[in-house]
Amino acid sequence: MAELAIKGLRKRYGAYEAVRGIDLDIRDGEFTVLVGPSGCGKSTLLRTIAGLEEISEGSIEIGGEVVNDYRPRDRDVAMVFQDYALYPHMNVAKNIGFGLMARKMPKAEIEARVAAAARMLGITQLLDRLPRQLSGGQRQRVAIGRAIVRNPRVFLFDEPLSNLDAQLRDEMRGEIKRLHQEISTTMIYVTHDQIEAMTLADRIVLMRDGLIEQQGDPLELFERPATTFVAGFLGSPKMNFLSGTLARSDGGDAVRIGDVLLPLPRGRGVDGAADGQAVLLGLRPEHLTRSQGEAPMPGFHRHEARIDLLQPTGSRSYATFRLAGEAVMAELQAHDVSRPGEHISIDINMTRASLFDGASGRAI
Amino acid sequence: MAVAATRPRTRGRWGIPVGRILLLGFFLVFVLIPLYWMLNTSIKPSDDYLAVPPVWFPSEPTLIHYEAALFTYRGLDGLINSLIISLSATVLSALLGTLMAYSLARYNTGGQHLSFWVLSQRFLPPIAIVLPVFLIYRNIGIYDTHIGLILAYVVFTLPVSVWMMFAYFRQMPKSMEEAALVDGWTRWQAFWRVAVPLAAPGIVAAAVFAFIACWTEFFFALLLTSRDAFTLPTVFRAFIGFQGAQYGEAAALAIVSLGPSILLGVLAQRHLVRGLTLGAVRG
Repeated sequence: MAELAIKGLRKRYGAYEAVRGIDLDIRDGEFTVLVGPSGCGKSTLLRTIAGLEEISEGSIEIGGEVVNDYRPRDRDVAMVFQDYALYPHMNVAKNIGFGLMARKMPKAEIEARVAAAARMLGITQLLDRLPRQLSGGQRQRVAIGRAIVRNPRVFLFDEPLSNLDAQLRDEMRGEIKRLHQEISTTMIYVTHDQIEAMTLADRIVLMRDGLIEQQGDPLELFERPATTFVAGFLGSPKMNFLSGTLARSDGGDAVRIGDVLLPLPRGRGVDGAADGQAVLLGLRPEHLTRSQGEAPMPGFHRHEARIDLLQPTGSRSYATFRLAGEAVMAELQAHDVSRPGEHISIDINMTRASLFDGASGRAI
Repeated sequence: MAVAATRPRTRGRWGIPVGRILLLGFFLVFVLIPLYWMLNTSIKPSDDYLAVPPVWFPSEPTLIHYEAALFTYRGLDGLINSLIISLSATVLSALLGTLMAYSLARYNTGGQHLSFWVLSQRFLPPIAIVLPVFLIYRNIGIYDTHIGLILAYVVFTLPVSVWMMFAYFRQMPKSMEEAALVDGWTRWQAFWRVAVPLAAPGIVAAAVFAFIACWTEFFFALLLTSRDAFTLPTVFRAFIGFQGAQYGEAAALAIVSLGPSILLGVLAQRHLVRGLTLGAVRG
């Protein structure tokens, strides 16, 4: 187990810079998820930690030791690859024990540790099989077994679930989380899936174009996104963004979207923002609900809407309507709306609304 | 009627695929007749070679042609030389080819130009360089030696070996070797314990090609050897002389020379098919 410190890390491929200056401190035993769209540099960052890519600038410390010039084998990290990367010519037991063989461990001890790892992952009955005789989920378990058997200082996961079908992915996600709770080793996990990021992470590091856009506790990122990019990336369905202007007055601040005035709750500071400034209002679909009662609750704004599009999922219904000409999606109860074209009134929870500067996209 | 219409048209009354059998039969005859005639000629007395009508089944089979070809014409020495030279050149070509192809595929050694340059070694017709090679060999004293011919054959088979394995290594996911590196092995160990076993079909296919090329090579063997290191193919030229052609001896030696090739083919067949059809059988 070890903490990890990355300072000023850059990685260039010729003229292209994949990682453009990353500073990151990961605490011992923390589950950190690197998340972002493809090409944001998250996998490259992970591979530099493993030692599979040389870094162009900066430093990587594992357990207080600068490992820049260490070969992968000397870094004491384990990695689970996206395509599992099992050795096709070795059976499961050899696959798991291969790393221990490299460290010249006595055969009896290798067998004991392979057996223990296999028990932990429920693959004891597969030890004699070859990788090609395994299902996707089983291969994934073997790949994880190969990592945990070594008892490394840091675990690295490179999109380990992306090749599995949806059901298996949910299952394995739970198992990885359970694994971390059991062995509580430092884990760094790369994914482009925001659900994996939210559910697994102690800390999310959201990357974009080779830089860290925002990092922190998953709920912190979800509830207080620093930029429209973070707000749009996390959450499904996506946050609604409405462009408007800030209307400041002594009676309270509000956002004007076309001809609709949405008052901001008292105490919602917009200090430093000017009256008439262009803003983006971010509303998550779950913060728009069907109205109940005569008048909206404090901090809510009531809006009469005509539903254009309805997408029921069974437990929820996604209803799209127009607010001052802009499409907005609300996540309603399954039976709140029965068909498109219906007129209902919707309460917008302005206490949970996010506000971004219209030009820079940064949170106000 | 509808059922009948869906049947292949070539099937006869009892569902026998007549067309297919005819075609295969024709092909079988086409391939086997020459082989049979060779075997037949190798055991028939000299008078029957060109008899009219042809002698399909020699009434008095004899092994004298084998004896003459192997001992009088030194076919056995040629066979042994051929085995030594072809096997050595094949092993060297496969070994060097594997290392070189791996380096090209994984490290992009020499950029795109080096790999193409390797292939370009085959652009030149062999006859264009044989005289200089002959002179060099004579001056440095490796004319008519096993080493000399082995060297020449390695140079000639290497480009194809490299390219076959280059293609093989390039389609092999890097991640398995990377997993080995993270697992604690060195670069060399990852190559040897992971990449090479996985590339075995490609290596075998390349080796078989190299062996066949060496085994059947005539031109260089003729010019770079004489009394000591001569190979099997060069023995054949002795069978056509001023006294006429020694068909029996030629046929006998041809039969003998088929042996190693067939043996190798059978041993390598499993790997060979996979090595050659690579890319079509992913996953």
